[in-house]
Amino acid sequence: MAETDVMIRLESVTKQYAGTELPAVGDLSLDIERGEFVTLVGPSGCGKTTTLKMINRIIEPTSGKILIDGVDALSMPAHELRRSIGYVIQQIGLFPHRTIAQNVGTVPSLLGWEDSRIAERTDELIEVVGLEREMLDRYPSELSGGQQQRVGVARALAADPPVLLMDEPFGAVDPIVRGHLQQEFLELQRKLGKTVVFVTHDIDEAIRLGTRIAILNIGGVLEQYDTPTEILSNPANQFVEDFLGGERGLKRLGLLPISSADIVRGPVADRTSTAEDARAVMAEHEVDWVGVLDGDRLLGWVEASALDGADLSEVEPRPFAVSLTADASLREALDSVVTGHARTAVVVDREGKYRGMLDLEAISEEITE
Amino acid sequence: MSVVFGQADQLLDWSWVERNIGQIVDRTWEHLTLTGISVALGLVISVLLAIVVLRWRWSYPPITGAAGLLYTIPSLALFALLVPFTGLSQTTAVIALTSYTLFILIRNIVAGIDGVPAYVKEAADGMGYTPRSRFWRIEVPLALPAIVAGVRIATVTTVGLVTVTAVIGLGGYGFFILRGLNTFFWTQLIVGVLLSVVLATILDLAFVALQAWLSPWSKRRAA
Repeated sequence: MAETDVMIRLESVTKQYAGTELPAVGDLSLDIERGEFVTLVGPSGCGKTTTLKMINRIIEPTSGKILIDGVDALSMPAHELRRSIGYVIQQIGLFPHRTIAQNVGTVPSLLGWEDSRIAERTDELIEVVGLEREMLDRYPSELSGGQQQRVGVARALAADPPVLLMDEPFGAVDPIVRGHLQQEFLELQRKLGKTVVFVTHDIDEAIRLGTRIAILNIGGVLEQYDTPTEILSNPANQFVEDFLGGERGLKRLGLLPISSADIVRGPVADRTSTAEDARAVMAEHEVDWVGVLDGDRLLGWVEASALDGADLSEVEPRPFAVSLTADASLREALDSVVTGHARTAVVVDREGKYRGMLDLEAISEEITE
Repeated sequence: MSVVFGQADQLLDWSWVERNIGQIVDRTWEHLTLTGISVALGLVISVLLAIVVLRWRWSYPPITGAAGLLYTIPSLALFALLVPFTGLSQTTAVIALTSYTLFILIRNIVAGIDGVPAYVKEAADGMGYTPRSRFWRIEVPLALPAIVAGVRIATVTTVGLVTVTAVIGLGGYGFFILRGLNTFFWTQLIVGVLLSVVLATILDLAFVALQAWLSPWSKRRAA
């Protein structure tokens, strides 16, 4: 049964260029399951792009076998194979002489869809990728880089292919736009559930986007193929460890949700409390401040010195800089701990109700685990 | 003012122009046909040769080399060379004029196709174009501005060269220029030169407009 879930299978795939001693990709085998988001990552020369391009035969493998949904990719004409695979490249490659609508409608048009159906699909997709319909009549040169790459993604999705190949698609835009595009694409992918193969040289991008990461070494040697958390926790070897770089613990925290750590109630007291009650809470938690609750809302915090015999209700609480929801990452929680005055991360639910607190100790337990 | 016109009156005899308006129209037509036929023929040959070059890259140096060699032959000499074979005919003129367009046209067509960015071609492959449809629907439209630019230069050059065919009894406006030189009758010379320049300019502007019309995508830019 597990066999049927494999969407893309590489079997001993090799690409050897004439006149070179070592193959660009040598004897690589890799299974990618349906709906997976696999990032291919590695240093330059590791053959990640070559591997990607062999899947849609932009580069023809020298030997080996590639199965897509059980069908041998080499058994059909390349152009037919490619019409069923979405393709996005770093330089985007929109057709400059075609309007955005025509660009998005490229594959449907090649497949011979009726004009009305293409127009409908184009209208739908332009909104899916977060662009305005007015853009449809423009030419690519009239759009910004980020907008162009959104069109590139829309074009790749046009005929609803089950597989999407992406070659450093967000590499050419500035870091802020890249962050937006990554986030948007992740959300889009959650809805669409495509099988995505994504090449990047940026390990952070690979970690952020991939459900599994394939780390390749020079010559297409597969060093480790696993989930981001597993790779960060247990790098297979020195190469992987070096490639992951520093801050492995932090990167791992970035993947873990706050809900995976121990959230405690923390030093909090209701705003109706007396100064004495408030001091008792501080003493219990061995801190010199107390969170002020109003029912299920956390109003802020009050320092011990500010109380000075007054009841809690008479002191204006200072607000916490950040409140995080339970699905935020532990990395964000850590940031909130080290930058906030209260040295704690406040966790609330979606309605803003107080859930609890995380301190440095609780977070560092997750790092060392 | 009157002094200037007085001089101009001697150079430019308007009554001659009025009397010969019929011949001026005829020579305009001759000039246009010689230019049109030669450039059109040159374009057809160049497209065929460019396809050969794009298919077999090694043929680029010999083909452009030959076209370049033709381009260097002085036009007078080329006419003289052809007359023994094709006589004092329009054929002689067209062969010579056509051969001068090849060098410009082949180079522009090949450069236009080569100028299509590799990533655009890769994207086209990735979308599932066949090699043939990619060539005609992506590469050729994108090369059109460069190709039209080549036709534009070839046309303007040919308009100038047509005048030389006066030596074999044709010449369009060149007819007036040659006769003006032989008879020291400046009005003919000036009319011939001016009309030739005006014709070249009009055609040049027409091709600029055609280029803009063929590539609306390259004109508009993001605000």
